[in-house]
Amino acid sequence: MSGSKISELRLDHVSRGFGEVLALDGLDLTIEGGEFVALLGPSGCGKSTALNCLAGLLPLTGGSITLDGRRIDTLPPEQRGFGMVFQNYALFPHMSVRANIGFGLKMAKVGKAEAQRRVDEAVRLVQLGDHAAKFPGQLSGGQQQRVAIARAIVLEPALVLMDEPLSNLDAKLRLEMRTEIRRIHQTLGLTTVYVTHDQEEALSLADRLVLLREGKVQQVGPPETVYTEPANRFVAGFMGYRNELELPVSPGSGTAVGDKTVVLGDLTGTRREDLGETAVAAIRPEDFTVGDGPNAMEVDVEVVEFQGREQAVQARTAGGDELHLRVQARLAPGDRVTVSVPPERVLVFAADSPAAPEEVA
Amino acid sequence: MAAPAAPATAGRIALRHRLADRGMDRTLLLLVPAVVFIVALFIYPFVYGLQLSFQPQPGSETVQRYGSGPFADYHAFFADSYLRNTIWTTLKLSLPAGLFNVIASVPIAYRMRGKFRGKRTITTILVVPITLGTVLTAEGLLAFMGPTGWLNRLLIDVGIVDHPVRFTHNYWGVLFSLIISGFPFAFLLTLSYLSGIDPTLERAAATLGAGWWQRFRFITLPLLAPGLAITFCLTFVLAFSVFPSAVMVGDPSGTTRVISIAAFHAAFEQYDYSMASAIAMIMGAVELIVVGLVLGWRASLYRGASGGKG
Repeated sequence: MSGSKISELRLDHVSRGFGEVLALDGLDLTIEGGEFVALLGPSGCGKSTALNCLAGLLPLTGGSITLDGRRIDTLPPEQRGFGMVFQNYALFPHMSVRANIGFGLKMAKVGKAEAQRRVDEAVRLVQLGDHAAKFPGQLSGGQQQRVAIARAIVLEPALVLMDEPLSNLDAKLRLEMRTEIRRIHQTLGLTTVYVTHDQEEALSLADRLVLLREGKVQQVGPPETVYTEPANRFVAGFMGYRNELELPVSPGSGTAVGDKTVVLGDLTGTRREDLGETAVAAIRPEDFTVGDGPNAMEVDVEVVEFQGREQAVQARTAGGDELHLRVQARLAPGDRVTVSVPPERVLVFAADSPAAPEEVA
Repeated sequence: MAAPAAPATAGRIALRHRLADRGMDRTLLLLVPAVVFIVALFIYPFVYGLQLSFQPQPGSETVQRYGSGPFADYHAFFADSYLRNTIWTTLKLSLPAGLFNVIASVPIAYRMRGKFRGKRTITTILVVPITLGTVLTAEGLLAFMGPTGWLNRLLIDVGIVDHPVRFTHNYWGVLFSLIISGFPFAFLLTLSYLSGIDPTLERAAATLGAGWWQRFRFITLPLLAPGLAITFCLTFVLAFSVFPSAVMVGDPSGTTRVISIAAFHAAFEQYDYSMASAIAMIMGAVELIVVGLVLGWRASLYRGASGGKG
């Protein structure tokens, strides 16, 4: 472990507007040295804007960025000393793999012998030994990605920025490179900011997640917390709480039992924020179990998808609500079964808080 | 009755498929107009001119001095310094004009790529000279840069010079006119080559510590160089065949007696078509040598994909 070169990167109310639209609206974030932070959100949430602002490729329209107390948001990208991995890799097509990786060292006027040693080290780290003399056009997508990563980390930058680096790879390579990125982060301990729209990627890689929506932070926290205790309906939807049941809150029935537990009609759940007139109960498909238990409800099975150990089931409640379940029990379309879910896994949000967009829900 | 016909049909279909595999199908007919055009307007006149250049015209000065062998006209051209020097005179105009047009178009195109307000207007203004004929350009140059033109009046009024500066009817007049008519071509070509270079490459270089000059020097320029070579070849060839402006704003009997004037002189004043053809062939050969050298250098460069999304 070589450890991080910085102790603290502070973003104070960082904003960036395009014309009338605020792509990034007052982002406050403090990143500690060695941390792996993922900016997560649907497309257009401002995560790439935030990354480009950090890299210096986009000027801020408001706020400031300080690195260990030194203000850096006024510096051009070449003076920030951050490494960046681009979505399309942006490898220099006219340079060999070695020349690509060594480009930053050449710009920094590192001596020939020293540069050679560090390029060798980086090539070894990303396991590209056999391909070092090739040109980017001769490499596969995964290999190009390795070059891009090696090029960004060879300078041991204060901060590594990654802009959806895995989105151009196929599913198998994506898993492989994900492990690779995690391994490199564990080896070098470089402070990293990682942008993605894939919650699984963010959860598996990051020490801390920042969820963004329309340029505003929705929740910041470690993966575990964001996964089990989403702050609002949007985060819940993004984190895989696919079932959203709208329920009326009447003064009589919607009484809070204890501090957090609420009873809404037949459903008992855990309140996550102040409720208005209607509430939304968000439930993860895998939190349902078949059989009697708390919050038992009878459903008609409509569609069944085989998914190995489990089945993904689409069912309908007596009230006509659609439910998504992931259960181990083998069900068939047309079955009428009773399912249940523990109250602590039923998260209740105010209905007027914004939902996650459809494609990721 | 039907039985014997079937194999024949099958054979015909098979032949058609075999031809289609080699890229031969009816869409090839679309090439006919182009082939007719090239044969009628390029290959035939070229071959005709080539054979004419090997048949010195009876009774001409060439035959009297160098005999009627097939290379007599070529011999005459290179033996006469007045003719021979037209090659250098033309190169002295066309090489600087080609180089200037390419070099000047790079920074302007560099600034003009990407989207911004007014880009279309600026591009239009830069490209307008293409639509003006060389004659109009020459007239404009005479009016603007002549001894009593606006430019000289301005220079005198401001007090930079005492007497009008000679910009026309000399080497400079022709060079200006070549730049005015050649620059738009160079600019448009360079702009399209530049737009083909993925802008994230420069951003990547910036995050790796490269300042603007280093980004240009190590990333953009190497990727642009093959395109610049082609651009140079085209503007050079355009400039090498200069004729109207060499006559109108130049010094056609002296410093701007370019090779096409020599060919014109042979053909329409001496009525020696063989000599004129020989000069035209020499003109083509010189152009080919220069273009060949440039393309040879280009072959040593990286010419693969230069990014672009996906």
